[in-house]
Parts: sequence; C-alpha cells; structure tokens
Amino acid sequence: MGKARPAAARRKGPGAPAGAPRGRARPNPNPFEVKVNRQKFPVLGRKARHAVGQPGVSRARAVQKRTQTLLKEYKERDKSNIFTDKRFGEYNSNMSSEEKMVRRFALEQQRQHEKKSIYNLNEDEDLTHCGQSLADIEKHNDIVDSDSDTEERGTLSAELTAAHFGGGGGLLHKKTPLQQGGEEEKPRSRRELIEELIAKSKQEKRERQAQREGALELTEKLDQDWKEIQTLLTHRTPKSEDRDKKGHPKPDAYDMMVRELGLERKAQPSNRMKTEEELAKEKQDRLRKLEAARLRRMRGEDEAGDARKPKHLSADDLNDSFVLDKDNRRLLSYTDGKMSIKEEQSREASDGESEEEQGEDPSEEDPGDSSDPEGHSDLESDAGSEEDRGWPDGEPRQAPGERMTSDDHKAREPARTELPSTFAVPESYEELKSLLSGKTMEEQLVVVERIQTCNHPSLAVGNKAKLEKLFGFLLEYIGDLATDDPPELRVIDKLVVQLYNLCQMFPDSASNSIKFVLRDAMHEMEGAIEARGRAVFPGLDVLVYLKIAGMLFPASDFRHPVVTPALVCMSQLLTKCPVLSLQDVVKGLFVCCVFLDYVSLSRRFIPELINFLLGILYIATPNKHGHGYTLVHPFRASGKNSELLVVSDQEDMATWQRRGLSLSWAGGLKAQNKTEANHTRLSCLAVCLALVKRCVLLYSPLPSFQTIMRPLRALLTEHLADCSHPPELQELCQSALADMEKQEQCCRPLVCEKSKPLPLKLFTPRLVRVLEFGKKQGSSKEEQERKRLIHKHKREFKGAVREIRRDNQFLARMQLSETLERDAERKRKVKQLFNSLATQEGEWKALKRKKFKK
Amino acid sequence: MERDPGPEGARRALGRLLEAVLASRGEANAVFDILAVLQSEDHEETQEAVRACSRLFGALLERGELFVGRLPSEDSVMAGSQGATRKYKVWMRHRYRSCCNRLQELLAHPSFEVKELALSTLMKFVQLEGAYPLEKPKWDGYYLFPRQLFKAVVEGLLSPEDDCSLLLSRFQEYLEHDDIRYHTMRAATDVVGRVADRYPEVPLTFWNNTFTLLSAVSLPRQECSFSTFYVKHVELSSTWKVVHLKEHRKAFQLMWLGFLRHKLPLSLYKKVLVVMHDSILPHLAQPSLMIDFLTRAYDVGGAISLLALNGLFVLIHQHNLEYPDFYRKLYGLLDPSVFHVKYRARFFHLADLFLSSSHLPAYLVAAFAKRLSRLALTAPPEALLMVLPFICNLLRRHPACRVLVHRPLGPELDADPYDPEEEDPAKSRALESSLWELQALQRHYHPEVSQAASVINQALSVPEVSIAPLLDLTAFEVFERDLKKKGQESVPLEFIPAQGLLGRQDDLCAQHFTLS
Repeated sequence: MGKARPAAARRKGPGAPAGAPRGRARPNPNPFEVKVNRQKFPVLGRKARHAVGQPGVSRARAVQKRTQTLLKEYKERDKSNIFTDKRFGEYNSNMSSEEKMVRRFALEQQRQHEKKSIYNLNEDEDLTHCGQSLADIEKHNDIVDSDSDTEERGTLSAELTAAHFGGGGGLLHKKTPLQQGGEEEKPRSRRELIEELIAKSKQEKRERQAQREGALELTEKLDQDWKEIQTLLTHRTPKSEDRDKKGHPKPDAYDMMVRELGLERKAQPSNRMKTEEELAKEKQDRLRKLEAARLRRMRGEDEAGDARKPKHLSADDLNDSFVLDKDNRRLLSYTDGKMSIKEEQSREASDGESEEEQGEDPSEEDPGDSSDPEGHSDLESDAGSEEDRGWPDGEPRQAPGERMTSDDHKAREPARTELPSTFAVPESYEELKSLLSGKTMEEQLVVVERIQTCNHPSLAVGNKAKLEKLFGFLLEYIGDLATDDPPELRVIDKLVVQLYNLCQMFPDSASNSIKFVLRDAMHEMEGAIEARGRAVFPGLDVLVYLKIAGMLFPASDFRHPVVTPALVCMSQLLTKCPVLSLQDVVKGLFVCCVFLDYVSLSRRFIPELINFLLGILYIATPNKHGHGYTLVHPFRASGKNSELLVVSDQEDMATWQRRGLSLSWAGGLKAQNKTEANHTRLSCLAVCLALVKRCVLLYSPLPSFQTIMRPLRALLTEHLADCSHPPELQELCQSALADMEKQEQCCRPLVCEKSKPLPLKLFTPRLVRVLEFGKKQGSSKEEQERKRLIHKHKREFKGAVREIRRDNQFLARMQLSETLERDAERKRKVKQLFNSLATQEGEWKALKRKKFKK
Repeated sequence: MERDPGPEGARRALGRLLEAVLASRGEANAVFDILAVLQSEDHEETQEAVRACSRLFGALLERGELFVGRLPSEDSVMAGSQGATRKYKVWMRHRYRSCCNRLQELLAHPSFEVKELALSTLMKFVQLEGAYPLEKPKWDGYYLFPRQLFKAVVEGLLSPEDDCSLLLSRFQEYLEHDDIRYHTMRAATDVVGRVADRYPEVPLTFWNNTFTLLSAVSLPRQECSFSTFYVKHVELSSTWKVVHLKEHRKAFQLMWLGFLRHKLPLSLYKKVLVVMHDSILPHLAQPSLMIDFLTRAYDVGGAISLLALNGLFVLIHQHNLEYPDFYRKLYGLLDPSVFHVKYRARFFHLADLFLSSSHLPAYLVAAFAKRLSRLALTAPPEALLMVLPFICNLLRRHPACRVLVHRPLGPELDADPYDPEEEDPAKSRALESSLWELQALQRHYHPEVSQAASVINQALSVPEVSIAPLLDLTAFEVFERDLKKKGQESVPLEFIPAQGLLGRQDDLCAQHFTLS
C-alpha cells in the first residue's frame, strides 16, 4: 500500500500539470502542431513558461481575432453607417440561451407596455400590485353579486371556450388530472355539460361569498378584540404607576401628559450625580494630567534633539519630586487643606516673611471657604485687599467663571441694578474706554463681565472675533490704568481674572496681544539703547504686562511662544536699565520677583538676576572697594548713584518697620520726606535680601553654585561686618549667608555621555542574498523599479511593433486575396462573356450555314 | 552813501559799487565801502558783501591787478615815489589781505550760511591764487600754493571755541583733491602744534574738531597718479612733492603722530582706536611708530584695551611686532564687563583670531575656556549664545583641552582647582578643572542657551561652529526670533486660574509687594 500510492502519484504527476490547464480546451493536442522549446539544462524551482508552444493554434487564433476586428474595420472603412446588433445578450457568453430568451421577452413586453401606455389611452392595461394583477386582487377582495362576465373571463374562459367551442387539441392535452378525471365520463350530452358548468360556477360564487363574509366577520371580531386589548394595554401602565403612588386610577389627559414628561426626563440621564469626593477626584485627576503635561513641556521633551535630557534631569530627581510635592499640596487642600497650609505657614514664618498676611489667612478663610459663598460676601464687603488673598489654593474647585459670578453677584448687586443689562462688544479701544471710564471698580467689572456674557461665542456667529478683540482692548486699558497717576491697581487686580477667562477662551489671540505689547516695550527700549547706549526702566504698564503674561501662560515651559520673549524682555530690563533712583530700585526688584516667579517651578538659572541683586546690595553699602566681586553693566562701582540705598540715619533705622513694597511706588514715587525715603530704602534692601535667600534655595542644586554665589557672599559678609543695619536685616543677611555656606560643593569631573562606538571598516566580501533569479540585483529599490519599468516598456513596445507589423501583413494578405478574387471574378466574367459571344457567334454561323445550306 | 533798507537794497548798492570799482581805478576807494558791509550785523547783508568781495577780488586776481611778490608795507609805498600802478596794486593787495582776514573771522560766525559762504569764498581765492600766484616762483617749475591763505583757512576750521563739524563736513568735499589734502595735512600738523603750545589746557572742542578733520582725510590705498588737483596746473612736474603718495604718507604720519602726542580726552581715545586699524595704520609710512601709542593704550585696561587690541593685532600680524606676554594680557582683559560693552563683537572676533592658532599650549587655551565660562555665569543671553559656541570651538581646536568636559576617571574634588584671581594663565590650574559652569548653564532660562550649553554632554562634533553670525547678536534680535518662532499650533495655557495681579499668596510678588 505504502509503495503503491507514490508510484501511482508519480505516474499521474507528469501528465497532470500539462493536461490540466489546457485539457479542457484541447484535450488531445496534435503532436505535429506542438513545438517544444528545449531547455539546455533544467533549473530547479524555475517555472518553464514557454516550454511547449503551439504556433499553429496561436496563429489561427490571431488570424481569427483579426478577422473579427481588423478585417471588419477594413471592410467598413468607406461606410458611414454602422450595423449595431442590439439583441440582448447576443455576445454575452455568460447567459444561457434560455435565459437570453426570457430576458428578451421581458424587454419586449416592457417596450410594448410603455409604448401603449403613452398612445393608447383606452387600452385595457394590466395594472399590477406587488406582482399580482390588480384585477385578480379586486376579485379576491370584493366579490360583487352581480357577476359580470368580463370579470370571470380570466378564470373560466379556457373551460368555457373549451366547452362552448369544442376546444382545441392543445387545450385538451393540457388538462389537469382532476379535469381529466372528470372527462373520463365523457358520454354526457353537451347540455348536461353546460348545466354542470353553470352549477359549478354558481356554487363557486356562493362559496366565495361565504368565505368573504366569514373573513369580514373575522376581521370585525378581531377589531373588537384588539380594541379591548388596546384599552387594556393603554390603561395598564398608568394604573400600575398610580397604584404605587396614590391608588387613583382616574387618568386625566393633562396629568398623563405631565407625568409622561416627568418620566421621560427621569429616564434620560444615564449617569448618576457624582458625589463630592468623586468630583474632587475627577478634578484632581484633571489637574494631575495637566501638571504632567506642564512638566513635560518644562523639560522641553517635545523639542527635537532633547532626547538625552531626561537622563540629565534624573540627576536632580529630588527636584522634580519637590515640584510634584508642591503641587500635591495644592491639590491636597481639598481634603486636608488645613494641615498642608499650616505646614507651609510654619515654614514661612520661620523664614520671617510676611507673617501678618499669612497669620490671619488660613484661620479665617478656611471655614469661610468650606461653608459657602456667603462667607465671601462678607469678606468682600470688608475690604477689597482681603479678597485677593482670600482665595486660598483650594479655591479652584469652582470654575473660574462660576466663581466670579457667584462671588460677585452679591457684592455688585447695586452696580448690577444701575447698569443696563446688555452691552455690545466695543469695536475700538476708545469705545471700551468711554464705556468704562468714570465708573467705579464694581461697575467696571460688571460691564466687562456682561460684555462677555451677552456676547458669548455660542450665542451668535461674529461674537468670537469680537471677544478676541476685547482681550487686546482690555490689555490696553490695563496699561492705561497702570500708567495713571496714581495707578489703579485694584481695578487691574480684578480685571486680571477676566483676562484669564478670555485667555482660556481664545489662547491664540490672547498670546498675539501679549506679544504685541511686549514687542512694543522692547522696541522702545531698543530705540533708547541705539540712541543713548542705555535705556530707562519702562513704566508700570510693562511690568504689569510681564506679570500678567506669567499668569496667563505656563511660565515653566522650556520654550513657549509668549513666555520666552517675556523672559528675554525681563533680562533686558535688568541688564540695560541703570538704576538711577529709588523708584528704579522698586521697579527692578519687582521685575526680579516676577522673574523668580516665572522660574519658581522650573528652577532655571538667571545670571542677570544675580547680577542685579549684587548691584542692589552694592548700592546699599557705603562705598569702599570690596574684594571678590565685580559689578556688571547697569551698575557702576563709583558714581552718583553708587550709594543710593545707603541709610545713615540711626533714628530712621530704629523706627523702621518691615513692610511690603507698594507697587504704586513703581508708578511714581510721591515726594517722600527723608524718613519715609529711608524706610523705603530699608524695605528695598529687605526685599533684596529675601530674594537672595530665595535664589540660594533655588539654585543650590546647580553644579557651580558656589561660584555663582561667590560675589553675593563677599558682599553679604561685608554687609554683616558693617553692623549698621537694623537687627531684622542683619538676621536676614545672616540666614542667607548660612544657607549659602550650608551647601557643600561637590565637584565631580564632567564626563560626556558615551557615544556609540563607530564600527571598524571590514574587508569581508559583501554578501547579497539573491531572492529571485533573473532580476537585476545590487541596486536600490528605486533603481530596480526604474529598470523594471524600462524593461517592461521595451518589451511592450516591441510587442506593439510586432502586432502592428502583423496587422499590416494580415491586411496586405486580405487586400491581395481581394484583388485576386476580383481578378478571378473578372476573368470568369470575361470568360463567360466570351463564351456567350462564342455561342452567339456559333449560333449565328450555324444559322448562316443553315441559310446557305438552304 | 544812500542805502535802501534791507538786503535787497544792500545787494543793489553793492552791485553798483562793484561795477564802479571794476570799471575804473579811480573809483577804487569804493572798496572800503564794500569791506565796511562785511562787518555788518545783519547776516543777509554780510552774505551779500562776501559775494561782492568774492566777485571783486576774483576779477582782480584774474586781471593781475594785485601786487605780486613780497608785500611791502602800505605806508612806505604810498609815501614813496613809485608809479601809480604799483601803488594801486600794493594798495589793492592790502585790501585783499584785510578782506581775507575778515573772511577768516567770519568762519567763526554764528550763522552757518555765512560760515559756509566764507569758506567757499576763501577756497575760491585759494584756487585763483594758485592759478595766478601772488608770489614770484623761485625757479622755473617751482610749485606754488597759497600756503599762508590755506593755513589760515585750516586754522579757522579747527576752532578751539565752537564745534565746526558741519563746516568740516562741507570742507570734506575739498579733500577729494589731492593737493588740498596734502596741504591740509601739513597745515593741520602745524595748527595742532601751535594750539597745543598756546593753551595750557586745550579745550575739548578743539580736539573734537581736529579729530573730525583728521579722520576725514583718507589716502588712496595704493600708488596711483595724482591728477585731481584743485588748483589747475598746466602740467604736473614729478619734482613736486604733492604728486607722490610717499610724501602724502609722510604728511599723514606726521599729522597723526603730532595729534596723538598730546594728552587726549578719553572719549577721543576710543574714537581714535576704533578707526586705528582700518583708516590710520594702513596709510602710515612707518606703522611701527604707532607701537608706543598702542601698547600704552593696551595697558590702560577696560574698553580702551579692548580697542587697542585691534591695532596691535595688525602690527603683530603684518609688521612683525613682538609683544611679550600678549596672551597674558589678553587673559587679563577678560572680566565680566566684556559681555556688556559695546565692542563685544569686535573683541570676540579678535579673540577668536588670536586663539585660532593650533600651536598654542593647552594650558593657555584651557585657561581661556575656563575664564570665559566663569564669565558666562554673569552674561546676558545674547552674549551666552555667542560665547558658548566660542568655548566649544576652543575645545574642538585643542583636543588636549577636552578633559575640561570629559574626564572619565578623574577623582572627585572638594573645590574647583581653578584660581580665578591668578593673572598668569599658566598658573591658573585650569587644566585640572572642569567646565561646571556650562553644566549650570544647561539650566538657563532661555531654551537656546540651554541647548547650546548641552552640547558638552555629548562628545563634541568635529567641525567648528561659525561664530561670525552670532557676534553681533543683540537681545532685541533674540527677542524677535523667539516671537516669530512657530511652535506647536496651539498655545499652551496656564491651568491654575489667575487670582489677582500679584498672583497666589506663595508667589514672591505677593509676599513682597502690595497694591496700595
């Protein structure tokens, strides 16, 4: 068995592939027609495509094809009209002839039908419905008692005709066995037959009527049944509801409607209301996600070519976790905010910074915050300044817009009632200004808020563009407010929230507006630098813009279209603007604060800031040439302003109380008396020292921290040695110095990251896998493809030329045969003529001969 | 003399007088009337008078009606018994002289129009006098130029009292002419010497005027035939000094050396040094004479040293100057202010040149790299963008210095071995240190600086980065570039809502500033 099968398979093998494809067409090729292309040597795995050719067959096929196409064309070359065979499916080999017939018949019918319907109005046409003749349907549905012959004709005509007219043979043949059974008792008279027929038809009619009546009855019954059920169905549901609630089954249409509506609404919400915790959690998740995105941007991971950065950052991993910690604190304040805030408070108190602000904040605000907005309304009536500090970190539980409205609703009630309820968006800055000028702070806020709500982008199409412009106008307005004398900082303080909301809606236009004002400021400074080699500190408006930019956009980004230019702008302020007055000191310190706020999360290094603080510390020391530090550009070691912050009055020093600097001093310092000026000086120095301390904390992880801080350290030591400052400042000095010294330096030599070693050049032969024989190897994919296409084109071209040549040969052959045929015909005709003439001649001669003979 | 009021009347009156004088010698006394108007208070009238004088004496010079030769005193001639013609000519020559004196005074006139007119009139006289000389040539082909008159003009221009920069810019047109240039240089040398002797404390305006004039003089770079003469000559003789560039150079050198010999104000010092390498050194007959000046300037320190560097470079490079401790001084020049001065681009361009030699010792290059990166800790971003590639280029040029960024088996140190106070780069121990400063700058707030500093994290690529386009980078350009940079399509937004102008309570602004 095991051996027999392979043997059989082998026996079958060689014959099968050759026979299988062609077997059907030519089961038995004539061995004399086969041409074998002998292979020189067999190659395994190569398909021999043209091993066997049949020139005769293929030539015959080609000739046949040409006869069908080319010859036809040739013959019709002078003819202008063409015969088209429109018989349905004539050349479709897929259809069987029967199918063809059926379709043709259908078409024929259709054509006739269409034509008649157009012209023969009276023609009785066979209307159908659902494939059935309408006539039939009518018969089934209503049988009229007055039986008209015409109606019955369809069914009975055959029998009638058969009965009446004796019928044709065909008819008799086609009779059903039943009828055939009836026909077996043939010996009945014609009359009987007719009577029988009539009786039968009448019976049939009756039966049909009865059936119909029965059907009618049934339907009526069904209808009634249905009605009953229907009432049941419709009544049941409300009833069951009612029973649950009241037990009053009496339904009122109105009530039903109301209840239905109620039910619908109840059925619709798919999610249940979220609990507080869930909402908080969701919010937290969202914040966490945003924070993660911010961190990513901060590290600049989106930037190309920074792939190696993460490794470097991992060195100060602490750093990151600290940031997260900080953020967690903010997030945690929903759940256990008190604790975390207290922690911070204690920390900051130990630093000795802003005790009076912080001390009262958490204790007062937290209950107010957790209870309800009423606490806010109280606060708001107290004082405006409380309010901005009054929103602790946990506040963002509410969306900003929401908070605005809920807070302001009560506080601005009087303003609300006085003002019109709708405002159009101002088209120009002047319009906005005229709208806002002369109003109180509350009124202005209400106006701005109403402009936004009345023109929300969802309300009308053009609102978006209008509100986009509003951002720019508001910014300009804020600039105006800041340059006013005195600057209206409280209004700005409130408007910032509006700006934030607008910015969230239209980030692009907002960033463009901010860029625009920054560019303006820089342009002005550049002009001053070009003209005089130095610039002056800009007005308060620019400082406010810089601060706002940091609040609207994430200042910690590695690269940001708004923040990066703002940083450059601040760097310019700190390096190019010499400090000429106390006012400049305040401005400079404010810029420093803003700068540090920008980098508070990203902890980036700002050389200019260190320089500036050094300069400020320097102008607070009585001039003597110190050692170990060098002043850079905007400050000079000696000169008019080199002792700007030196306070020598002991009394003023004793009476000095530490306070925050007022931002409005930056706008324009009112003429202060000597004591006040001295106090301001000391406050500036305190702020400067605090900033130094902050820098120390911020930059302690930097590798060359000690080098960076060396000048500051030298100067601080000098300050301490001076011993002329109030004790509080001395303390600050001391702590900053202590912080600096605490950082021990560790100088690990730098090492480049290992780059991948370059492979040596090898001289082994290059091996290429041959995937397919007969293909050109060793070139790129495109080249191969090109070569393939060229080759293909060449082959096709050759083939086309050959075909054309053969066409011409075929045509020539045809023409020749035509000529030959024509010649032969002519010869035949000539011969025939000659023949007839000869016979004529012969006949005539014979006649003549006869005549002569006669 | 009846006179209509106003300049129109003056003009007509002067015209009449002028015609009368020119028509007959008998009317010569009318010259006094014309000269009297020159003293007028009215600007318009003065101008009319200057024009009239110009026409009058121009015509007289052309006619040869002025006395030629050494001018005898007026009284002796009038009293003597020479011919009337000679008397007339001598007399007229005296009038001409007083006219020139008056015109020279007018060069200090408050009105610029008058000054300009006086200058152009004087220059016209110079031209005419050159063509019709008022002195006898000593021999045939003797070069005659109205030196006296021209020196007076230059002296008027270099006024110690008021700023003549406008007039000097007008005068610059005449400096196109070779002879004028030559004589200006001679005259200026003379005047500077005289004024410096006269005043114990030479006023600043004089130096400014002189510098304006001196820097306006520019010689042609290579020898070419001098042919543009202001005073027209029929043919030029090669025996004249004026036609040789060598003589011009000598005059040029004398002029500058005479100028620089004096104690100049600081601002002028800088100005001179700025143009030194470009428009002074190449034209000197003996550039090495400037060595003293430049080395002293180089020793001054600060910006002046930076500027002197350029001139020194030319001398070292082209004139074989051997300057001991050059690199040490260059090293000493590096202090935090180099990133803030105006001449930053120039300095770093030169520093790049000086440090481009591959034969410099490694310790020197390392010291420079270390010093620069120290300074980079105080630099603004636009300077950092330039200096960071600069440092990297140094490391690329000198593979021995790569230990500064790559010391795989180095021991951990307690402190930076580099000594910033050491003045000698050889003793600064820079080669034992590493560029931790660049590592710190990788945390710089500006993204591009951070990226530029991060280059050292990888092995440095071989080709140097060209710093030429970065030299002149200003903060404003950096700002504009950041503004225009297209980032991702949507601007990232801050997700923590703003609460007020001063931000959250833990922000520094809120801690240290109040709104009230």
